Amino acid sequence: MTTVIPFGPQHPVLPEPVQLKLELDNDVVVGALPSLGYVHRGLEKFIDTKDYNQTLYICERICGICSAIHSITYARGVEQLMNVEIPERAEYLRVIWSELARVQSHLLWLGLFADGFGFESLFMECWKYREAVMDIMEMTTGNRVITSMCKVGGTTKDLSKEHIDIILKAIDNLEPQVENLEKVFVNNYTVKKRLVGLGVLSKQLAYDVGAVGPTLRGSGVHSDIRESPSWSIYKDLNFKAVIENDGDCYARTKVRIYELYECFKLIRNAISKLPAGEISIPVKGSPAAGAEAISRAEQPRGEVVYYVKGNGTKNLERLKIRTPTFANIPALLQMLPGIKLADVPVVVLTVDPCISCTER
Amino acid sequence: MALAKSPWIIHVNCNSCNGCDIEVLACLTPLYDAERFGVLNIGTPKQADIMVVTGSINYKNVNVLKNIYNQIPDPKVVLAVGACASTGGIFHDCYNVIGGVDQVIPVDAYVPGCCPRPEAILDGVVAALSVLESKSQGKIKGKDVKLKGNEVPSNA
Repeated sequence: MTTVIPFGPQHPVLPEPVQLKLELDNDVVVGALPSLGYVHRGLEKFIDTKDYNQTLYICERICGICSAIHSITYARGVEQLMNVEIPERAEYLRVIWSELARVQSHLLWLGLFADGFGFESLFMECWKYREAVMDIMEMTTGNRVITSMCKVGGTTKDLSKEHIDIILKAIDNLEPQVENLEKVFVNNYTVKKRLVGLGVLSKQLAYDVGAVGPTLRGSGVHSDIRESPSWSIYKDLNFKAVIENDGDCYARTKVRIYELYECFKLIRNAISKLPAGEISIPVKGSPAAGAEAISRAEQPRGEVVYYVKGNGTKNLERLKIRTPTFANIPALLQMLPGIKLADVPVVVLTVDPCISCTER
Repeated sequence: MALAKSPWIIHVNCNSCNGCDIEVLACLTPLYDAERFGVLNIGTPKQADIMVVTGSINYKNVNVLKNIYNQIPDPKVVLAVGACASTGGIFHDCYNVIGGVDQVIPVDAYVPGCCPRPEAILDGVVAALSVLESKSQGKIKGKDVKLKGNEVPSNA
């Protein structure tokens, strides 16, 4: 006989409301049924009343953690619709801010994850280091979380010489601190005991259920949108995707830690190649009726896809967003059967669930 | 009096975009360190004194919020963090958004901003503490919020 236990919507390890109905045989999970909708606001309908410039600020508020990359992906979609070429400096600035956002998001996740398996001092440590990035965000854009640095046609803010010096210095400080974190997450006996061999997702299964981001790369599938031809700028910056082959919680953790070094490299390279010039061009008119565009980007949690369609007015006809956590939920449901109830929080956190993205 | 020296908070995410949530969590971490005021984040409503709510309410989470509110023992105070929790914010017009938290439960203090800085949230907690103190002396009485009979009870 099986018992059904609700996990969420209010649960100590979940910062966001989502419910998993866990079907248990004694202590072992045999099935899981997700229940979504606690954070549904209805943003895709909401944009009917907003013009394409205002929609950018709505997209930014889909999720506070992935906010920077949401706005960049949306702006790229609209720029494709209207055939706008943005200045090269704006492209580089967008990369710098999106990689900074990825650093803060991964540090945030590492902290929450440590808290999830009961290592509270490690949580505090990760969040202490994260504040350095939040300070950079506040200094360069004026806000810590919702930054509004992107607009259709470029960026709203520029980086001055002083800003760049401070960013480089902060990264030089942050890198040895991340090395310290890496030692704990990768080598610590208790951490390994909780993570190795837990929630295994095989390479074939990860591909079949359509997982994205670190969940997919932790299972050994080579897939990162930053390597796609639409993001040629990352190729110039010498980007290399991080892949781990084991497919367990430990591998997914390692992907995120090693990605932090990749982010530091990208920020340094982008700053060294930052071209001079304008940061934005004025965008006039409105998207043509029937014009469609698809824009993809790699968020901290995986690939996000924006579909935008114009109707000849300032308002968009349709905006459709496929967020990374939405794609990772089937993968999560494949990982859960066979593990113990006490391990469920750890496995749920390894896909880095972002529920406000998923439900919009 | 003693209650206000060590208030335990429960953080409830209603309809938030995460922006306020991560700032609430940032309050508890070393740089801002709310624990120096005796503030401790606790997972269960039965042990909490202050309810920190982020995000507006929608038709699905409204019962979760009421349930959690009713489980917190008196005296209790509610702190609405961010524009969405206060009024519905940028999303107040969305079809699934009912509005600010004060539409269903009594709110004692509001923190404006999208999203508010951790300092502002700490300031809000300190403002809520003075309300908590008056409540603990019996000057203000709290009351339970009724769940409607035909609504499906949530599993909060």
